[in-house]
Amino acid sequence: MSAHAINVTDLAVELGGRLALENVNLFVDRGELVGLIGPNGAGKTTLLRSILGLLPVASGGVRIDGAPTGPGKNGIGYVPQRHEFAWDFPISVEDVVMTGRTGALGLFRRPGEKDWRAVGDALDRVRMDDLRTRPVGELSGGQRQRVLVARALALQPSTLLLDEPFTGLDMPTQELLSDLFVSLAREDRAVLMTTHDLASALYSCDRLALLNRTVVAVGSTDDLNDPHIWMDTFGVGETSPLLRILKAA
Amino acid sequence: MSPLDFFADLINPDLSFLPKALLIAVMSSIVCGVIGCYVVLRGMAFIGDAVAHAVFPGLAVAFLISGNLVLGGTIAGVITAVLVALFSQNRRLKEDSIIGVFFVAAFALGIVVISQAPGYAGSLQQFLFGSITGIPDEDLYVVGGTGVLILLVAFLLHKELVAITLDREMARSMGVKVFWLDIVLYVLVTLAVVISVQTIGNILVLALLITPAAAARLLTDRMGIMMLLAPVIGGTSALVGLYVSWSWDLPTGGTIVLVLTAAFLAAWGLAPRHGLIAKRLQRRRHRAASESTRVAAVVPA
Repeated sequence: MSAHAINVTDLAVELGGRLALENVNLFVDRGELVGLIGPNGAGKTTLLRSILGLLPVASGGVRIDGAPTGPGKNGIGYVPQRHEFAWDFPISVEDVVMTGRTGALGLFRRPGEKDWRAVGDALDRVRMDDLRTRPVGELSGGQRQRVLVARALALQPSTLLLDEPFTGLDMPTQELLSDLFVSLAREDRAVLMTTHDLASALYSCDRLALLNRTVVAVGSTDDLNDPHIWMDTFGVGETSPLLRILKAA
Repeated sequence: MSPLDFFADLINPDLSFLPKALLIAVMSSIVCGVIGCYVVLRGMAFIGDAVAHAVFPGLAVAFLISGNLVLGGTIAGVITAVLVALFSQNRRLKEDSIIGVFFVAAFALGIVVISQAPGYAGSLQQFLFGSITGIPDEDLYVVGGTGVLILLVAFLLHKELVAITLDREMARSMGVKVFWLDIVLYVLVTLAVVISVQTIGNILVLALLITPAAAARLLTDRMGIMMLLAPVIGGTSALVGLYVSWSWDLPTGGTIVLVLTAAFLAAWGLAPRHGLIAKRLQRRRHRAASESTRVAAVVPA
């Protein structure tokens, strides 16, 4: 049996003296889009950062394609939240996408033909090739998100992590992005995405992982039809609108 | 005084300090212009200010023991920068508070140290406001050599410095050494400040770092062009400032900074697309366009 693309086993992570994650078990295989769902402070971003190897683990571990994880080691494509990026920086779309190859290029090396081809492919893939010379400050929210996805794709990763890609975007833009993420997964990539947007997650993800310091449940939408799982994860009552959305889905 | 007279003074052997001062002012403005682009784009003007003040105790000690000013200033600047970087790891205090504590402390230390020097009021004034006389020949080489080194390091690490400015989280995930690059950038800023302090003075040196880069940012949306424009604006302002100060017998540092400020204001007004004049023109064009459509709607077809 070949190794999972992402395999988190018995992971515990301590942040500022308290356990932010404990006993987390989760795997993602190539070809599937997995949604990571949970309330604020549940540890969604912490889990993504642990998968990248950015945080010291208290116990357990993360393997990527069977190898231990570490920053820049496994060629994971990472799309942080949009507000982490300095959008007022005077830089063009294609130069931003090229920064995705900074780590892979290494110190003192300038991008060559191969790197520019990877950047061109990434821009084509998210349909931003016609805006490649546009300064990033002039882009709309949806276009910005696509630039960040292209930047991650410039590394030609087989594993993709997306942190809250839908935040602050309107429905049509969310749908376009959802379709993009599904097709990126179908192209033999493992895609793990955190989101607050239940409706799109239920609709587009192959499996959902409900997280609140630990993985409360994992499965397809049908597997997760017990309302108590959701009440536990989010700490809400039976009358919560959240459960009504679930029933409608 | 006409520019021709200024040129005559520049080649007058009795005034040999003048071409030296000009060369140092222009060289340091060029270096500060380039490094200032990173400072402005990262929004770390306050750190630039801090470093500028932090080099002061080092200069004072070097002055007291007749050591190398560049070396002394660099050591003090780097120590303060590393202290700030380390103390900022504590999340209870924000970075700007840490900077506020350390740079004033460094400056205070400098004042106490330099008060031990004989005739200290004169040397204090020289440090704070700059001076164009009494620059030894070797300083030309030190400033030139250090300047080339600063620009070379920035050129080699440009890709990484841009990556950590754009998105630190992403840079970290790619295995880019964010903490060490921060230190390198602080050291570059420190060196740029130290080589500029001589002519422009400790208090005004921040203007050399920030103003040309800020003016250049107003003029373009391309970082490459910004990094060419900023040193041109800085170098030209240094030349014009020195000329004006020499002609009217005004303090050199202050005059250079005022010329820089004028250049910044001009950029604010004249910038393509986003400047005051461009905006006014756009508004007029919009008004004309909307009026002509209104007329077209009224006139029956």
